[in-house]
Amino acid sequence: MNIVLRLAWRNLWRQPRRTWLTTGAMVFSNVLLVFMISIQFGMYGLMIDNTLQIFTGHMQVQAKGFKDDQKMRQTVPDVIPLASRLREEFQTETIAARGMAFGLASSEKRSFGIGIYGVEPQFEPRVSSIPGLISDGRYLLDDDAAEIVIGSVLARNLRTSKGNELTLLGSGKDGSFAAAVVTIIGIFESGVPDIDRNIAHIPLRLFQDVFYMDGSGHQVVVMTSSLGDAERLHPDISAALPVDEDLVVHDWDALQPGLKQAIQADMSSAFFMYGILVILVAFSVLNTQLMSVLERTHEFGIVMSLGLKPGRLGRLVMLETAMMGAMGMILGAVLGAIFTYWFTVNGLSIPGMEEMAAMFNLPARIYPQVTVLSTITGPSVVFLFTLLAAVYPALRLHRLHPVEAMRVN
Amino acid sequence: MTAVRCVDLCKTYRQGDQDIKALDHVSVEIEEGGFVCLSAPSGGGKTTLLNAIGGLDIPDSGEVWVAEQRIDQMSKGELADLRLANIGFVFQAYNLIPVLTAQENVEFVMQVQGVPATQRREQSLAILEEVGLQGLEDRRPAEMSGGQQQRVAVARAIVSRPALVLADEPTANLDSKTADELMALFTELNRHHNTTFILATHDQRVMRYAKRLIRMLDGRIVDDIEQDAA
Repeated sequence: MNIVLRLAWRNLWRQPRRTWLTTGAMVFSNVLLVFMISIQFGMYGLMIDNTLQIFTGHMQVQAKGFKDDQKMRQTVPDVIPLASRLREEFQTETIAARGMAFGLASSEKRSFGIGIYGVEPQFEPRVSSIPGLISDGRYLLDDDAAEIVIGSVLARNLRTSKGNELTLLGSGKDGSFAAAVVTIIGIFESGVPDIDRNIAHIPLRLFQDVFYMDGSGHQVVVMTSSLGDAERLHPDISAALPVDEDLVVHDWDALQPGLKQAIQADMSSAFFMYGILVILVAFSVLNTQLMSVLERTHEFGIVMSLGLKPGRLGRLVMLETAMMGAMGMILGAVLGAIFTYWFTVNGLSIPGMEEMAAMFNLPARIYPQVTVLSTITGPSVVFLFTLLAAVYPALRLHRLHPVEAMRVN
Repeated sequence: MTAVRCVDLCKTYRQGDQDIKALDHVSVEIEEGGFVCLSAPSGGGKTTLLNAIGGLDIPDSGEVWVAEQRIDQMSKGELADLRLANIGFVFQAYNLIPVLTAQENVEFVMQVQGVPATQRREQSLAILEEVGLQGLEDRRPAEMSGGQQQRVAVARAIVSRPALVLADEPTANLDSKTADELMALFTELNRHHNTTFILATHDQRVMRYAKRLIRMLDGRIVDDIEQDAA
């Protein structure tokens, strides 16, 4: 090993207790950072997946302008053949057509305004988790049967149940009066009150008939295996759309801006806390290295008199810090990953957080997501700040004069 | 050729309310291959002169020339380069790096000079043998006696064959036998490699080896005599 490296390494162990205490602080903060960041990634992944699976999908093909101003007449023409063609072209079943309208749902006793979605019964289960959340009855089977599936809260509000009829009233695409009588064949329970209160599914062909859609719809929903896949597929889907229609593809973050904002806000507050933790560790390193430099003033005087420049001495101090930081980084990242992995397998439940978790569409038990990024991000930042903390002690060496330094005992 | 030239050097230290003249208009010229002893009682200015010649301390006024270069106006970095390439130091208090072994202490300067590892190893082992420390290469300073540490310090100073060796009380912690061996080594280096030695000492044994004896008192040169070395 190079003598300078040996010197730096041995210098670290002159005061082993101090070195271990400082390294221990780094390891502790790194384990904490790996754990917290992994929990965050896990939560964000769950939030995104759960939200997108329920309803939105990873992407949607829509008429231009429909996202911001959902008018009935802003349609995707021939929506069923388009969805079919995309499924064929991209060799996937996870693409489905939808139509949507706002209307009044009336039972014998009550009426409520709801969102009525026309769906392809065969393909909707591939893009949405609602068909799998039926708690009573079954999901839609026929393409044009006069059947409806509603949420549990809506059923309770309408004081109705499976097997009863509902009357739907609304406006058609052409502005005319639209009405239908449908039978409740299933009730779903997603756990998200807003969805369970406001959404109903009917077969898309029935929807097109009732609302005079003339073969059109409002969305082609695309579900992919991951967010990364969605990003890669986006340009291909855009390219596959008919050129003469004014259609656009929207990503999940455009469709669910609130979700992205919630994640960003959560990240900002979390990173502020992480920043405080990292700064505390940096000050601990600064203290250690400053003491280490001060108590070696005499020795630095010697090596300067032998011909070592202050810059090289500074680099020696930086090297010592880098070694200590690397120990903290590696130990922290490895221990953090092992510790967090246990929770990745077994899950983490925080008592009393169930309600809050439900608000964000999260399960009561959280599974941290240990990835390379979640494992190295925190420790790398700590390492960087550790090095920054050593800059001041290293710079102090430039002010040192050999004779004066050698006089210090 | 002149190895060291000091012209009208002055250096004053402030100690409490008093100004102490460590160097008071000192001028001296030392030829290459010289073997000079600076002798003075404590506080006489010999260490200050040695430090000024080694570029460790900057005089208040006057000029210092080493290897035909004026060094009193050099930057810290230039002085460090000069010391690294031309000057070997032996300090009274050994001043070894405590976490390095004897051999590593000797190799350290060569490493900074950029000497390849194999050559460093060969030279350091050879010089440690020369100063009688064969078998103690892996010991750290704390595991050696004062005399052994001083010999490591000497080995470190001369291992890269500097043109000038400055030694401050090099035999202060040595028994007379070791001191004689050390002085014999200095004399041999002086004769065979033409290394210039400037030694600050008040040890009569050391003075016997010098070709030139400069006596100082209160920061001034009071006597400068050539003599037959032992």
